[in-house]
Amino acid sequence: MEELKLSTAFPKANDYQRGPIPIIECTEEIPCNPCETVCPKGAIKVGNPITNQPTIDFSQCTGCGTCIAKCPGLAIYILHLNYNEKEALITFPFEYLPLPQKGQTISLVNRLGESVCVGRVVKVINHDLYDHTALISATFSKEHYENVVSMKRLDKE
Amino acid sequence: MNEYEVVIVGAGPAGLSAAIECAKAGAKVLVIDENNQPGGQLFKQIHKFFGSKEHKAGIRGIHIGEQLLKETEELSIEVWLDSEVCGMDQDKSIWITKQKEKSHCIQAKKIIIASGATENSIPFEGWTLPGVMGAGAAQTMMNCHRVLPGKRIMMIGSGNVGVIVSYQLLQAGAEVVGILEAAPVLGGYGVHTAKVRRAGVPFYTGYTVKQALGKEHVEAAEIVKLDSNWNTVQGSERIVEVDTICLAVGLTPLIELAWLSGCQFTYLDKMGGHVPIHNKYMETTVKGIYVAGDVSGIEEASTAMEEGRLAGISAAWSLGYYDNEKADMLINEEWRRLNLLRCGQFGLKRKMSKDEILIKWEEMQDANFKNNRSPFDGGTQAVNGISQSK
Repeated sequence: MEELKLSTAFPKANDYQRGPIPIIECTEEIPCNPCETVCPKGAIKVGNPITNQPTIDFSQCTGCGTCIAKCPGLAIYILHLNYNEKEALITFPFEYLPLPQKGQTISLVNRLGESVCVGRVVKVINHDLYDHTALISATFSKEHYENVVSMKRLDKE
Repeated sequence: MNEYEVVIVGAGPAGLSAAIECAKAGAKVLVIDENNQPGGQLFKQIHKFFGSKEHKAGIRGIHIGEQLLKETEELSIEVWLDSEVCGMDQDKSIWITKQKEKSHCIQAKKIIIASGATENSIPFEGWTLPGVMGAGAAQTMMNCHRVLPGKRIMMIGSGNVGVIVSYQLLQAGAEVVGILEAAPVLGGYGVHTAKVRRAGVPFYTGYTVKQALGKEHVEAAEIVKLDSNWNTVQGSERIVEVDTICLAVGLTPLIELAWLSGCQFTYLDKMGGHVPIHNKYMETTVKGIYVAGDVSGIEEASTAMEEGRLAGISAAWSLGYYDNEKADMLINEEWRRLNLLRCGQFGLKRKMSKDEILIKWEEMQDANFKNNRSPFDGGTQAVNGISQSK
């Protein structure tokens, strides 16, 4: 977590107040820049060489989420800390079947795959453009905002 | 005897890219592959690739494979499948067995060897039990043949292959009970590691597999801790119930054909072992024989495609399909694209090893060769040019 906080694109405390923002957990010099080329607002910059770590201008970002499914490392999710008074909203990439359904209660996990809290699915986008990387949006109690990154895989059936 | 201007051995990402470049330039090309379908390993790469737009970043390997096949078809490139190259020599005559039935001899003006690599293994007690397999084999079973190799899997090796295949095993519905890494630190890209970590898969650094247990197939793995001198720590053994042990312990270039044809080699641990010495045009020490992709040093599919293009352009140039000016432009552009993939904390190491191969090639050139200059005598200047052009 400390390493993440020091990484170039990680939000500072006040950035969370802006609305939905992307959290980019990309801390190595990988030759990769689809996040930059896909961003419709030009808010994400990698530049030259393409092994630079991404930086993000949160003032330009609208939180549209186009970058989530484009990242080959599945290293981006969108967090809306103040979704409502008590809950935050996370939108993360998910490539396991079965997909959760809207309204379903799921177990949200931290970076070690440990259950942190429950979440309620508010949206599932599985668009052709995203090529089988579904985007799951779920609400959860906002106190866990630094820990929740994904969900527990669902059993088959 | 059948004659072709360029014969390419291997229809993987490097071979197909080379074929496409040769055919685009106008050369008569034949691609030979021992498998029953072209594409090499691309069709089991169901994950999205890194890189930039020009390297097809964000696209799954399987779709990149489809694009290459489409181009191959559009250019009416001849591809022989189920065909094994059994021999080739410095004169570039090639002996092939087709569909295990017929023997063919063909004559090529140029050969591009894009034979890829083979998976490494590590020996341990019980390693011949069914259920012990290469990670690549497991990947082929599930992604090409839709067969899940096992239900409870132990992965040995935390490099990119180990973590990517672990992720795909999870996607296919298996349980990965752990990823072992003999070294004290994890090998793969952090983003791949993070993906399986948040799926709940534990990593064991400083661990290796001691034996596979089971009567007729793997029923458990005994794992053991290693100290800083790679010796097993007595008493640290533990038994984990698994039905499959996958080995992701590196790759070795498939260099037999290059040996056969008399290419000279250098040994580079970081490139996977012995690799054919080649110049910046991917030409080996045997004139007219080129290499591209993993056979010239283990890298990734994205670099293999660029190297394939580079070898294809160079071969077409040496056949006279490009004038020097045009070839120079295309080759410099390929080097720009390659260098983009070979920088950063991971890429730079590969670039340094690749540069060592080029320098070796320089050293190989004796006075005799220099008196008889060819367009392929890259010269020291060319090598410096490459290092500077990033």
